[in-house]
Amino acid sequence: MRNRIPRPARRSLAAAAVGVLVLGLTAACGGDSDPKESADQEDLAAGDSLTITTFGEFGYDALIEQWNKDHPDTQVEQTKVSKWDDWKAEITTSLQAGGKGLPDVVAVEGDYMPAVVAAPDVWVDLSSSEVEGRWLDFKSAGATTEDGQLLGYATDAGPQAICYRKDLFEAAGLPSDREEVAARMGTWDDYFALGEEFKKSSDANFYDASGSIAQAMLNQVEFPFEQADNTIDIGSDELKNVWDTVTSHTDLGSKAVQWSPDWTAAFKEPGNATVACPGWMRANIKENTGEPAPAGVVWDIADVFPGGGGNWGGSYLTVPKVSTHQAEAKEFITWITAPEQQTKVFEVTGNFPSQVEALTSEAVLTATDDYFNGAPAGEIFSNRAAAITVQPYHGPLYSDVLQKFQDAINRVDQGVAPDKSWATFEQDVASLQ
Amino acid sequence: MLTDDRPGPGAGTESGSTTTATEPPDGRLIRRRRLSRWDLKFSPYLYISPFFLLFALVGLFPLLYTGYLSVHDWDKIYRQRGDFTGLENFEFVLTDPIFRKALVNTFSIFLMSSVPQIVVAVSIAALLDNRLRASTFWRMSVLLPFVVAPAAAALIFGSLFADQSGLINATLREIGLEPIRWHVDRLWSHFAISSMVNWRWTGYNTLIFLAAMQAVPRDLYESAALDGAGRVRQFRSITLPMIRPTMIFVIVTSTIGGLQIFTEPRLFDDSMSREGGADHQYMTAALYIYDRGIVDGFYGRASAAAWILFLIIVGIALLNFALTRYLTRRNA
Repeated sequence: MRNRIPRPARRSLAAAAVGVLVLGLTAACGGDSDPKESADQEDLAAGDSLTITTFGEFGYDALIEQWNKDHPDTQVEQTKVSKWDDWKAEITTSLQAGGKGLPDVVAVEGDYMPAVVAAPDVWVDLSSSEVEGRWLDFKSAGATTEDGQLLGYATDAGPQAICYRKDLFEAAGLPSDREEVAARMGTWDDYFALGEEFKKSSDANFYDASGSIAQAMLNQVEFPFEQADNTIDIGSDELKNVWDTVTSHTDLGSKAVQWSPDWTAAFKEPGNATVACPGWMRANIKENTGEPAPAGVVWDIADVFPGGGGNWGGSYLTVPKVSTHQAEAKEFITWITAPEQQTKVFEVTGNFPSQVEALTSEAVLTATDDYFNGAPAGEIFSNRAAAITVQPYHGPLYSDVLQKFQDAINRVDQGVAPDKSWATFEQDVASLQ
Repeated sequence: MLTDDRPGPGAGTESGSTTTATEPPDGRLIRRRRLSRWDLKFSPYLYISPFFLLFALVGLFPLLYTGYLSVHDWDKIYRQRGDFTGLENFEFVLTDPIFRKALVNTFSIFLMSSVPQIVVAVSIAALLDNRLRASTFWRMSVLLPFVVAPAAAALIFGSLFADQSGLINATLREIGLEPIRWHVDRLWSHFAISSMVNWRWTGYNTLIFLAAMQAVPRDLYESAALDGAGRVRQFRSITLPMIRPTMIFVIVTSTIGGLQIFTEPRLFDDSMSREGGADHQYMTAALYIYDRGIVDGFYGRASAAAWILFLIIVGIALLNFALTRYLTRRNA
């Protein structure tokens, strides 16, 4: 059988076929949906429900069950993702595909909020008179754009106290009562001086990781890495001060990276005498130390934070413009971030409320924590929340730079000279821009 | 593809005029004959098309689109393609000291994993090639590590290689040696990651070698034994030359896989930004692409790095190919 198409022609035919195929695919993948366009609103038909995706433990299970009982027309379906990092990657991917696959309510970690605020066209403006003044100022400020749009409802906050090991303090011959310990940690200088004294007579770590102390200090710096116009500036005196302080005291900590297996193990052996402790950290301490606590181990909470107050963490609920049920979504998150509901969450998980009213509610104020020697946890964290004076400015690159900064501190832990490590940090930051 | 119901260009002019004398006037017959001619001509292409279509969709298109992205900027905030930037991204990647470090790490981990892996796999295969009791059991058991999910394996290895609380360091301390800083020292971290890779892939390659060895004619061994060759001599002079093509295949595939190492260093990593250690001690090229693209949101730079890695792998594969031809020609 002779093929009647001449050879060169055949070759170009094949090329053309591949070309057509690739072009077709490109067109198919280009996508014509735009996450900046608000989707057409639809009624919640029977069998259709409002979707929300949370990460970690928001403590919403019982609340959503209650909501579904009271609102037969707006059924809510929750999807739980275990890690924020995984969920963040999924949000990013969905936004690239024009917002396809995003739920009606997207839960995001506080550090991600600057990126939301930087792209106001993608998210629904949620401001309403109903929620005005509901949150601590710094929480609502973190979700508000320059022209006053509110893009996220805050769920919880992370006011920090100091959790400490009463037994280790006693063994080292230091005062160990809550008030006495608090009196010795008013400033960072006091805190590190106490650490030096502690290390003279103990083999345990004074704190869990250089990285977490750096994080705690950064939470008191007004412009940690970025200026108000979002330009990166890592040359400030405050940042240099944090860097110098932390890198010159690496012997006080475990030298492990926070959240690494070595960090987890250090809670058991040799033990961490103090931990910078937002409300949600208590769960980690319990888990890493062991529950019930091993014989002789006594954790406690001191109503103090060196240098005043500091907030670490807390999340937000947002609604993307691609949601087809924006009104219902708004109604639902207005309800679930209300003080009464967030108080219930606090009782279940220990996530500390970010609502002004919840901070003064009886249930929160009278809460004690048995694991922490019966410390009046509710009262302590309320005081700590009230002590927060500085709200650090976080631009869209904050969490990226923070990670590089943590790596830089970790390099010093590992034995690299601080100056050399700082030079690498500058290089890392340059490649982020 | 071709909606025109003629075989193609060049055939159009002769369809009407040349077929008058020979063909019967029955139109159905003409159609049938034409159909059978097309059948012969196009069917083979149809049969092999699924692979090519699939490859075009999940292989070729991403490849080309990555190339397209690599010459453009990427808007991080709205996650859309930005302006055309030419070779700027390539320039950035090639002058990035971190990328160079990542490339060196990649080759170091690749050599530390592939070389011992192939040596060990051939040795184990040679042992399994003998008559054993319950031979199927032994042969299957080498594949066990391959079945375990890499993530689960990484957890186990993570607790083995933890710097302070790890089992290996605890043992070293017990016998009075200095603990090894697995996540700090560059070479040791490569060693730890390579051992994960080896643990997973050695059994897999063993089975491939075993299959090749089973195909070696047994009478060769018998005649060698008559000539007085011992076991080792038989292995050197018969087994190794006979499995050479398989050897080349395994070397090529493990090169491609080895230069794309991602899972193990990613899961071994305990640093904050997860870029292959606090000082990028064990960041591999694939990890670099992931961190620049997915984590930092620089699609253009990540795409450029991906293309550079692609070219490197193609180069090495060609080198392997040339080597193969040279070796096989020498044998012929």
